[in-house]
Amino acid sequence: MTEQTTTPDLTPTPGQTVGPFYGYALPYEHDSELVPPGSANAVRLHGVVYDGAGAVVPDAILEIWQPDETGEVPRATGSLRRNGFTFTGFGRAAVDPEGAFSFSTINPGPTEAGKAPFISVVIFARGLLNRLFTRIYLPEDTEALAADPLLSSLEPEERGRLIASREADGSLRFDIRLQGEQETPFLRFPGHED
Amino acid sequence: MSEQQLTEPDAVDETFPSSTVIAEPVKGPDDAAESQATLSAEIKQIEAEHKAAVTAGTPAETQPRLNYPPYRSSLLRHPTKDPRHTDPETIELFSPAFGHRDIGTLESDLTIQAGGEPIGERIRVTGRVLDGNGRPVRNQLVEIWQANSAGRYIHKRDQHPAPIDPNFTGVGRTLTGDDGSYSFTTIKPGPYPWKNHHNAWRPAHIHFSLFGTEFTQRMITQMYFPSDPLFALDPIYQSITDQKARDRLVATYNHDITEHEFLMGYNWDIVLTGANRTWMEEDDDD
Repeated sequence: MTEQTTTPDLTPTPGQTVGPFYGYALPYEHDSELVPPGSANAVRLHGVVYDGAGAVVPDAILEIWQPDETGEVPRATGSLRRNGFTFTGFGRAAVDPEGAFSFSTINPGPTEAGKAPFISVVIFARGLLNRLFTRIYLPEDTEALAADPLLSSLEPEERGRLIASREADGSLRFDIRLQGEQETPFLRFPGHED
Repeated sequence: MSEQQLTEPDAVDETFPSSTVIAEPVKGPDDAAESQATLSAEIKQIEAEHKAAVTAGTPAETQPRLNYPPYRSSLLRHPTKDPRHTDPETIELFSPAFGHRDIGTLESDLTIQAGGEPIGERIRVTGRVLDGNGRPVRNQLVEIWQANSAGRYIHKRDQHPAPIDPNFTGVGRTLTGDDGSYSFTTIKPGPYPWKNHHNAWRPAHIHFSLFGTEFTQRMITQMYFPSDPLFALDPIYQSITDQKARDRLVATYNHDITEHEFLMGYNWDIVLTGANRTWMEEDDDD
């Protein structure tokens, strides 16, 4: 390695679009299966990604990161080579030609007592010049949702767009709208410029 | 805006659906009919406006604009509302963990993944991944993907008439070392045409996917090569409106990395956004 003689520039490196050709590189076997589909407590999390004209986005790729059912933050490795037994908390799903994504996961628990459980999400797409972050909240704990700092800071109709709906079969449904009237609220964390 | 205007930009896909497309004259509303001169004028104007704003006291931008009209595909895919300032909560203050179970040791050498040597200029790209406080990001996943030396991706949507190299997939993965370092041996990618406008060519680049110690640091970007003549013409690179910020995506040629009669060496360090989590002992123990 070369010697670090000067103070490094610590301005964050700029992001760029994931482009159209991630399809043979980022997806991997069982990438969207945090737990094997059909296993005990497996929950399907699914939705569609839309653009500002309401058209489906067929070239987006999503990642989720979440605690386990008890609210523990997973520390286990093995997301890229799943053994079917270890919950790593991380999953990746490229959308299909109709803009639809689907994960097999479990319901996240609250990381602290009284907190509203949610799944952290990052979105990449062709045409999207930098990643977008958001959260998928579970709909059940209405008291915790009412007390959530982020949700409380949003307009009522925006608030609903961060809460998944629970379908009859136990699935979680969460659509993502990159632009427009129903635009998904996206998040800026400290240290982010965009 | 009319419905027609809204739907049109997205109908212009960026890729070549068949290898015959670019052999034919470009015409018609769905083809890339706009000239490079039109695009370059838009790019120059946005850059001049940014420069004027900086001169007037606005901080220089450091990230790409999500709304960058010269990149036509961004028109309908950028949020129009400001992102919500959010304090990260517990899960967001950690990152998925990757280990040697996840990655084969040969995955960081893209020149030995098939039966024979890929065609092209053999290179090594190496550097360090740091967080915004200058701390090395250790044992974290780095993924890359790229075109071959002829500018062709092994992807069914890339059908432009350049040869596929049977000995090159263009996909690599590695884990950073304790000092945050990574290293890939690969082939220098070629520039390739795309359909943003007529005669549009992407500067040669390698896609990089990075994780930090916190999920809030997750990012994907592109690394470029020094002195590429296509920089000024490329709306994706130019979506970072500040020259100094754009330069952060350009690797440096480094003769100390270059190996005698074997490969050319490039250095590229990556800085993620600042870490929010309190520095814990656990981080030192890993």
